[in-house]
Amino acid sequence: MSDDFFQGYQGDALEVLKKYNVRVWGQSEIETTRGRFVGTILPRSENDDDKHIVLKIPTGYNVGIDIRTIETMQETGYKKANYKIPEKEFPITEGLPNVKLFGTGGTIASRLDYRTGAVIPAFSPGELYGAVPELADICNLETEKVFAVFSENMGPMQYMKLARAIGKEIENGIDGIVIGHGTDTLHHTGAALTFMVQNPPVPIVLVGSQRSSDRPSSDAALNLMHAMYTAGNSDIAEVMVCMFGPTSDEYGLLHKGTRVRKMHSSYRSTFRTIGDTPLATVTRKGFRHIKKTYNHRRKDHKVEIKPYFSDAVTMLYYYPGMKPDTIDALVDAGYKGIIFVGTGLGHVNKELYPAIERAHAKGVHMYMTLQTIWGYVHMFVYDTGRDMMAKGIIPAGNMLPEVAWVKLSWILGQTDDPEEVKKMMLTSVNDEITPREPYNGYLVYQGGVPEVEEFIRKVHK
Amino acid sequence: MTKKFDPKENYCHSKEKIGYVSRKEATQETYDRIGFMSGLEVHQQLKTKEKLFCHCPSGVYNSSDDYDAELIRHMRPTLSELGEYDGTALMEFKTRKQIVYRLKNETACTYEVDDTPPFPVNREALEIAIEISLLSKLNIVGEVHITRKQYLDGSIPTGFQRTAIIGVEGAIPLKHKNIRLIQLSLEEDSCREISDVGHVRIFKTDRLGMPLIETVTYPDCANPDEVKEACDYIRFLNRSTGKVRTGMGSGREDVNVSCRGGTRVEIKGVAHTKWIPELTHNESFRQWALLHVREELKARVPNSGIWKMDHKQLNPHNFNFRYKPLNKAKKDHIKVVAVNLPGFHALLSHFTQPGKIFADEISDRLKVIACIEKPNMTHTEAFKQIISRKDWYKIQKLLKSRERDAQIVFWGPEEDLETALETIEERCRIAFEGIPNETRKSFENGTTVFERVLPGADRMYPDTDSAPIPLTDDYIEKLRERLPSEVIERYKQMKEWGIPEDTYTYIFKKNLYPLMERIIKDLKLDPCFVGTFFGHTLKFVEGHYTPATEFNYFIILSMFKFIKREKLEWDIAGEMLPVIYKHPKMEFASALTVIKYKKIERETILKTIAFLKNKYREIGRSANREDEKNWIMGELRSMALGNIPLRELSEIIINEK
Repeated sequence: MSDDFFQGYQGDALEVLKKYNVRVWGQSEIETTRGRFVGTILPRSENDDDKHIVLKIPTGYNVGIDIRTIETMQETGYKKANYKIPEKEFPITEGLPNVKLFGTGGTIASRLDYRTGAVIPAFSPGELYGAVPELADICNLETEKVFAVFSENMGPMQYMKLARAIGKEIENGIDGIVIGHGTDTLHHTGAALTFMVQNPPVPIVLVGSQRSSDRPSSDAALNLMHAMYTAGNSDIAEVMVCMFGPTSDEYGLLHKGTRVRKMHSSYRSTFRTIGDTPLATVTRKGFRHIKKTYNHRRKDHKVEIKPYFSDAVTMLYYYPGMKPDTIDALVDAGYKGIIFVGTGLGHVNKELYPAIERAHAKGVHMYMTLQTIWGYVHMFVYDTGRDMMAKGIIPAGNMLPEVAWVKLSWILGQTDDPEEVKKMMLTSVNDEITPREPYNGYLVYQGGVPEVEEFIRKVHK
Repeated sequence: MTKKFDPKENYCHSKEKIGYVSRKEATQETYDRIGFMSGLEVHQQLKTKEKLFCHCPSGVYNSSDDYDAELIRHMRPTLSELGEYDGTALMEFKTRKQIVYRLKNETACTYEVDDTPPFPVNREALEIAIEISLLSKLNIVGEVHITRKQYLDGSIPTGFQRTAIIGVEGAIPLKHKNIRLIQLSLEEDSCREISDVGHVRIFKTDRLGMPLIETVTYPDCANPDEVKEACDYIRFLNRSTGKVRTGMGSGREDVNVSCRGGTRVEIKGVAHTKWIPELTHNESFRQWALLHVREELKARVPNSGIWKMDHKQLNPHNFNFRYKPLNKAKKDHIKVVAVNLPGFHALLSHFTQPGKIFADEISDRLKVIACIEKPNMTHTEAFKQIISRKDWYKIQKLLKSRERDAQIVFWGPEEDLETALETIEERCRIAFEGIPNETRKSFENGTTVFERVLPGADRMYPDTDSAPIPLTDDYIEKLRERLPSEVIERYKQMKEWGIPEDTYTYIFKKNLYPLMERIIKDLKLDPCFVGTFFGHTLKFVEGHYTPATEFNYFIILSMFKFIKREKLEWDIAGEMLPVIYKHPKMEFASALTVIKYKKIERETILKTIAFLKNKYREIGRSANREDEKNWIMGELRSMALGNIPLRELSEIIINEK
């Protein structure tokens, strides 16, 4: 295991360490042309160059030493770091709801990795309690690490595995389920679970964090508390995403799994319900319901698990001047379903028509969604739309593009019959297409406008 | 409580017993006796256009009520990369503060509030930091690593400060010794606090993220004056680059102090260097006093491990409390708790700082850690008793107190009582060990109060959002080429030039040396004249007048060039300066008109001397030659100024018969 002594070092830097017999975590004295440096050798990120050695100096800071300046170095001691959150057994309190936490990886459960210098999913869900002891006041927690992948690596296999695991827990009579998840594809998973886990008797809450739990201002702890509280106490028995409402540490929003979307790359309040209002707000003290109708919690342990998924569905984000060969290529590659993300009311240019016709003839299922994110596909308004419908593209209402992709994949995992597919696509499992859009389902404030500024000044962002 | 015990007398007695002397009376022997040790952390804002990790403007401030939005954060402790929780972190978590940030669109973006990852480091700031590191003789690192330094007090919305070491192990020369430097780091400045009451702390984010350097010295200073001297040197060195900010809050110092057997205590944010001597003096004696308290306690309680305090919640209706805050407990959600401290008799009123006693140490912590605003407690040894003797007797009976015990009564909201009790117990337990590791806030009168537990190295961890920045030899050498001359060299040169020493502080503070040097070399002016012109005349003018627009010191160079071109005598500069300073845009010729200058031939002036001498003989009150000269100079001054050097004129007057 000689590699372990030189974590992350390679090339020239590795040679220097070997030459002077100095290990990672070794306390060292280094003489250089720039003077003397003393400290502990730290692992190096594998993506960084091989010209520097990382040193933790006695004041706790890290510095890099250029190996070309090193005259001599010596190891004077050795102390390996032990990075561990104190793991405690989760206390069981009579009268509190029983909640199951599924760990999938992602930043809600993560720590620093010195080889890559990045945040990696490595905390076992059990360790979470060591970091967020308040959880014990909310529920009795059982945890299970289903798998550990980054959010962007979540896929069909994981959706199906999760759905089955959820089904099992519901049968066993759990009061609520929380799924820790990276935020990038949280909404994809929200949609997938809505379709795969139908009519659950308890809340199924997806939660993540926009700031990793290794930082003091992380939203992870509060999100987790909100999610646990929701899973244990909420009357809403649906698949939901629970994340920050405002960027402030104030309350969480509960979003329907089929109507939620990540709308900012780094904001805490990145998840928004699109084309509708969120289900409710949540704090550790209670809920404020926003939507009046929802599926209520039940006492039974019944649930329909439908773990199907086809990997033959793709998405096509239209741009002006798109050439038909893009569609041809997808069809030739064997894709059975295409979700178009069209402009305006749901349009693509005429040049694509022959390719669309060809795809239709080959039995490819094609649905239209919108780049505008908000609003309905309306293909009757212009000729273009009517033409496209005639050529086999079916408007998907106000279904979000990602949700449409998930749903078509889920459907094609079950049937190939165009009529059946169409019927299933256009029949909502849980509001992926809503019959109406409330006036406040589209609110994008314009900064700088006086009345908006006045509102922002008064309300915590 | 013994009847004869007088807390004030006890305070004086304990002060005497530890051998406290005022700073005026103190000598090096005093400091050697208590083993005075001190070092500095000098913070200096850099003069860059933008902030360190985002593109917001630097140095634009707004008033506390001027904001566009507010947001709220809570800080939680996390593990450091070496796997430990930091002590301060846990304390801050205990305080359960709600942190409110006030944002102004102009000065804060989504980076400041931690909703956007950092942009690459500001190169301008990095280069200034390297230049100052080179001037400080530091070993420059091969690669700059951005590190996160935890601050859970809320002063930074991320909960950590992004900071990076530029150099380690340097030295600065003082008049009689060298002070070694530990390191210099480049870091982002924190928020400015607006208020901190109860569980709510409010910050504004205008200053947040501005580039700052921190120079840290070893504890090499052996007396309070050396600390100030070292501090001044570092500040002058920073200013010698001309690339740092000046003015209120642009330079701030943390001073580390300990006495023999004591602990490093950090006095935070000292606003003026002139406060340093008194603060360090008092802190070293505070520690000396606390060590004495420890010895007393050890003698009384040999097994400190079993020391335990008792407490009882009081029903205010059973007592005859007259003090208002205590009486509030009858109605509000305020609870009153009595605490018995075994073995602490005559220690609560033990001297710690001038006008302060050990009990203040507890009260300060109740405010900071338990968030109970002052007044939050009283005790059996308070100078001014607010609880009657009879009530104290009742309380002591209730607590089953013994004679060698002391009692505290504190009051606060119910939800804070548990933390308050823990806080009192913790502070008393530390008294058995000696001096708590803490940071303290300074006051102008030279005393300090508890601010927070001193954080350790455990709160540092790598910033995963930033890549390391290599510093090659070529890059450093290029920066070395543009370094100014050293402060110590400038000091020596000025001495050699015969410039009076009382001008140096002003000259270094305003970084006027480079300008002076240019005037002396380019215009061949007498260095001593130039030195006093800047260190006395300019200082006076700056202190007494306000410029209509910004006054750039380079105007002075132009003024001297003008005087030379017009073939005027140099001393007219002193008359012109106030006018030019008040109206920086005024033409020099106009300034001459304002001071009523007229070109008069030298001979014309000299000719009048004989006439004036005669006149003096007629009207002069004394025959003294000096009085005669002064009178004639007074008559001729305005005529002579700029036309003949005044000193020369004065000599001519004396020599002429």
